[in-house]
Amino acid sequence: MEFAELIKTPRVDGVVLHRPFMPTVEGTLCLTGHHLILSSRQDNTEELWLLHANIDSIEKRFVGSLGTIIVKCKDLRVIQLDIPGMEECLNIASSIEALSTLDSVSLMYPFFYRPLFEVIEDGWQLFVPEEAFKDLESMTDEWRLSEVNKDFSVCPSYPSLLTVPKDIDDESLCKAASFRHGGRFPVLSYYHKKNGMVMMRAAQPLTGTNGRRCKEDEKLINATLCAGKRGYIIDTRTIAVAQQAKARGGGFEQEANYAQWRRIHKAIERSNVLQEGLIKLVEACNDQSHSMDRWLSKLEASNWQSNVKEILTTACLAAQCIDREGASVLVHGTEGTDSTLQVTSLAQIILDPACRTIRGFEALIEREWLQAGHPFQQRCAQSAYSNGKPRSEAPVFLLFLDCVWQILRQFPCSFQFNENFLIMLFEHAYASQFGTFLGNSVAERLKLLLSQKTVSLWSWVNRPQELERFLNPLYEPNNLVIWPSVAPQSLLLWEGVFLRWNRSTKCLDEAYQEMVHIIEYNKELQNKVNSLRRQLAQLETEDGPLQTP
Amino acid sequence: MSCTEVWWSEMEHIRMPKVENVRLVDRSSSRRTQVGTLYLTATHTIFVGKGSEDRSELWVLHSLVCDVLKHKASQNGYPLIIHCKNFQVIQFIIPQESDCHNVYISLTRLSRPEKYEELYCFSFNPNVDKAEREHSWDFLDLKAEYSRMGLPNKLWHVTAINREYRVCDTYPADLFVPKSVTLPVIIGSSKFRSRGRFPTLSYYCKENHATICRSSQPLSGFSARCLEDEQMLQAIMKSNPGSRFMYVVDTRPKLNAMANRAAGKGYENEDNYCNIKFQFIGIENIHVMRNSQQKLIEVSALRSPSMGEFLMGLENSDWLRHIKSIMEAGIFISKAVAEEGVSVLVHCSDGWDRTAQVCSVASVLLDPYYRTLKGLMVLIEKDWVSFGHKFSHRCGHLDGEAKEVSPVIDQFLECVWQLMEQFPCYFEYNEKFLISIHNHVYSCHYGNFICNSQKERKDLCIKEKTHSIWPHLWENKLDFMNPLFKPDQSQNQGLLRPRTAPYCFKYWRRLYNRFDRELHPRQSELDCLMTVKEETQQLEEALALYEQKLAVLDKERAKTLYMQKGVLESKQALWSSPLDTSLANTPQDYIGGFIGGAPNVFTLQQGERESAELCLFGDKPKSSDADNSDQESGVADFSSHSSGEESLPSEDSVKDPDSDETGPNRA
Repeated sequence: MEFAELIKTPRVDGVVLHRPFMPTVEGTLCLTGHHLILSSRQDNTEELWLLHANIDSIEKRFVGSLGTIIVKCKDLRVIQLDIPGMEECLNIASSIEALSTLDSVSLMYPFFYRPLFEVIEDGWQLFVPEEAFKDLESMTDEWRLSEVNKDFSVCPSYPSLLTVPKDIDDESLCKAASFRHGGRFPVLSYYHKKNGMVMMRAAQPLTGTNGRRCKEDEKLINATLCAGKRGYIIDTRTIAVAQQAKARGGGFEQEANYAQWRRIHKAIERSNVLQEGLIKLVEACNDQSHSMDRWLSKLEASNWQSNVKEILTTACLAAQCIDREGASVLVHGTEGTDSTLQVTSLAQIILDPACRTIRGFEALIEREWLQAGHPFQQRCAQSAYSNGKPRSEAPVFLLFLDCVWQILRQFPCSFQFNENFLIMLFEHAYASQFGTFLGNSVAERLKLLLSQKTVSLWSWVNRPQELERFLNPLYEPNNLVIWPSVAPQSLLLWEGVFLRWNRSTKCLDEAYQEMVHIIEYNKELQNKVNSLRRQLAQLETEDGPLQTP
Repeated sequence: MSCTEVWWSEMEHIRMPKVENVRLVDRSSSRRTQVGTLYLTATHTIFVGKGSEDRSELWVLHSLVCDVLKHKASQNGYPLIIHCKNFQVIQFIIPQESDCHNVYISLTRLSRPEKYEELYCFSFNPNVDKAEREHSWDFLDLKAEYSRMGLPNKLWHVTAINREYRVCDTYPADLFVPKSVTLPVIIGSSKFRSRGRFPTLSYYCKENHATICRSSQPLSGFSARCLEDEQMLQAIMKSNPGSRFMYVVDTRPKLNAMANRAAGKGYENEDNYCNIKFQFIGIENIHVMRNSQQKLIEVSALRSPSMGEFLMGLENSDWLRHIKSIMEAGIFISKAVAEEGVSVLVHCSDGWDRTAQVCSVASVLLDPYYRTLKGLMVLIEKDWVSFGHKFSHRCGHLDGEAKEVSPVIDQFLECVWQLMEQFPCYFEYNEKFLISIHNHVYSCHYGNFICNSQKERKDLCIKEKTHSIWPHLWENKLDFMNPLFKPDQSQNQGLLRPRTAPYCFKYWRRLYNRFDRELHPRQSELDCLMTVKEETQQLEEALALYEQKLAVLDKERAKTLYMQKGVLESKQALWSSPLDTSLANTPQDYIGGFIGGAPNVFTLQQGERESAELCLFGDKPKSSDADNSDQESGVADFSSHSSGEESLPSEDSVKDPDSDETGPNRA
């Protein structure tokens, strides 16, 4: 077993664990291949089980022979371990460092995890493109499922099955793919049942400096327009950034070649900038000492809230074009795997009530993130405590979840799930016992044999026992389009993630419990009253015809 | 001068009682403008929309108007901007320049009354008889409040010394002092304190006898001392038998207090007073606070600001820093009382601004009673109204010194709000209650917050001539209840220990953007839970009824029974009703921040609205919100499309599913 070599000291006694807002625990620290465990061997005291994969970075400090390791986790938690003995401390630290930065995906915990529950509904089979297409077919016959990417050669980051306009053949798709960054030709993202308008997504067109064009690409997206109708291309980049992209072979749709389309540029930041923002934000949240002024400055300087605002605004714009303007929309940025997906998935939450249910939201994440080729493995390799220069890490998915939370705050009765569901998804995207978020694309996941070798997150989440704590007690299905406010006054800091470990949640938990209680008690009474009423009615019929007053 | 005379004299100020074809501009979207008629009455500015279906009205009390501004002419006419003290901003566009000027002159005069008699509370005449009005003033009884605290007792009693307001004309008639203190000591101490505001009791903690006392600054200068004042403090300390010392808290920044010494005022010298621990807290003065709120209001009123503009504006206003400092002062005092069992004397300069804030914040932290509806009313009546917070000056009720205006009570209400955010289950009231109080502190609708002291109110016969706000709020208490309130927990919680990390202090959107409906959550958790609770209560009643009937039926099965099915069936729909109204919702101007430039780029703008919502307040602030919230509907269109082929015809907006689908239907 490879792990044994990395574990220099498997256990140390007399280790003291410090966590904010919790009593310190003294116990034995054990390192296994995938976990850091601290057990006090006393009843009723909580043990710490921490996935190595959850560790973002560590710091060592020594006072005499007492060593201290500060463990900073990807879920933003910071814990402190006091370890007696300098050598033990150094060993533990280097083991943690090695185990938390394993290069090989197949050594990750999901490949070793065996569920302690029976898998009733296999999450890997839950959201297949064929099923989604069946739904589409029931609404329109304008689209077909293409197998052009069967072997992932046309576009390595796309799934094997793609929904494209019926009249466009595979050959044209291949040509359009060669005109788009990474082969990501325009595909269907969402069909708006109410008016038949669609949202498509792609990567940037490869126009380059000499204004290359591709007839097939033009034909492909024009095929989605009704006669005489115009569509909108939402480029998630500013016009300046899009112009610069030309020099590197990228670009944007020239109006001359796409006469039926209007292009709108927005300003969603690139992913490396987002990562810096996350680091700054978390630094500000963890700094307990500073004054009011410094807090607001730092919050502002992180640009996090600005990013939330910009992403939400763009998604609202896309939704507005579709629902209010009755026009189809094509969304893309540069690669079409980050800001593009933020926009298309959020627009669906705004437009489609199905996406606001638990199953619907899971399906959305499968469709618009996992199958659409968001590189989770790369983006979530490091979180806010990464020391080194960021490579391709970026909190793209976290920002999406933050935006969903903002909409949830504004429409607290319109979502079947609650905040905990979003926080759980954040945690599992960064470190998990489940295989769902491993790999960067469908092709990679197939190669890793994830569906055979690991358990799907959905297999676990969808069990009634687990689901219960993710249900929103206030939920009332709402079939309307929900338009959030994107004004700075309306957007809040997501405390449930960013201040989660810096505050006591006693009072907030109490409030949540009270809310659940109020609603459950109401339902209980309703049932009681109904059953009594039935009982009364029954007695009456037994006792003869009802005498009306 | 009788009310009618005042009314007539005010009518003289109205140069222009009615202007036609005035535009009321919706600030969130210039395209939601309404055309209608503007009326000026002695008490209100009234705008009546011309809309054929719904005649929307806007009523603005003159006493709520903060300032009136004329802007440069636009293509439709002459804009007039009205800023209100409750943070509403109204923009009219008046076709004729002369009309605009006349309205401007009239409103400017009407919104700056020179005499108390001109205020609305003297002409406000709801349909109640004299006895009922007088009764309304008995709703709160401070004597009962002191006896709730456990006073008088063997150590504290009421002194009659200020019955005629001769010792201190800004203090109430009845004051609690240690029994051991003699009249000469009180008089001596009062002469050594600014404005005669000698140390007197504000809060008494039954459990450990510790007290919060309040006063103004001592006239110590650089070296003066006063034996009686020292005896007074000694007596206060001794009236708390368990403690060996007391705190004296000067809520001012040290520098300010030192500067006062040069003027013969200052602070207590620890060497002269036995067993005191002296402490500066550092809350800024009224001028700093006024400027700070002004900046905050500017930030809150920004139209589609960027996130950076908003956050930097919030920071530069310093508002939350001031709120934090007041909160920290309250925490210090409440901890001294509850945890150390030590009495505290609080003062600032005059002892009616910062002192009132800090004493009342500490009281809210210490005593669960002040976290109930009635308790907060009593607290405001005691620490603010009776102790001479200068409402008329601070709120600018009359035309006068602008430098006297300061949002001191706003800050107290905001501290309570910040606490409610941290302790959602420990307050009986919700934020609507705080906002309602805020509104009426400024509205001059009721007599409670008129004048600067109890003596002034007595001289002006406020109780004889005006109505009290408290019974009015109490009657509407269902609107002000916090559904999450857990009285037992609040009671047993003991001292509230709020967190004071900077991120615990938040921007109070519901107050500062109160009238910008598009900025608030479209569904309200609060309203939803309140409805569920209401329904639960009805279900409980129904359950009792059915159980009773079933019992009867069991006994007398032969008898026929009347069933009232209808009652319950109609109740089933209740659950979904508040949601329906809040769901109607239109998209915002999402392209607002877009940087233009490219030829192919155009702007998306908010469509015309079927009916603009208007807020009617004054007598019935509630009904307007409820009536209008479900009428909103709208369409987006691309305004720059000249062809018009793609812009939606207006009938589409009527069929707009967002407005006429009624959402969840459970029945």
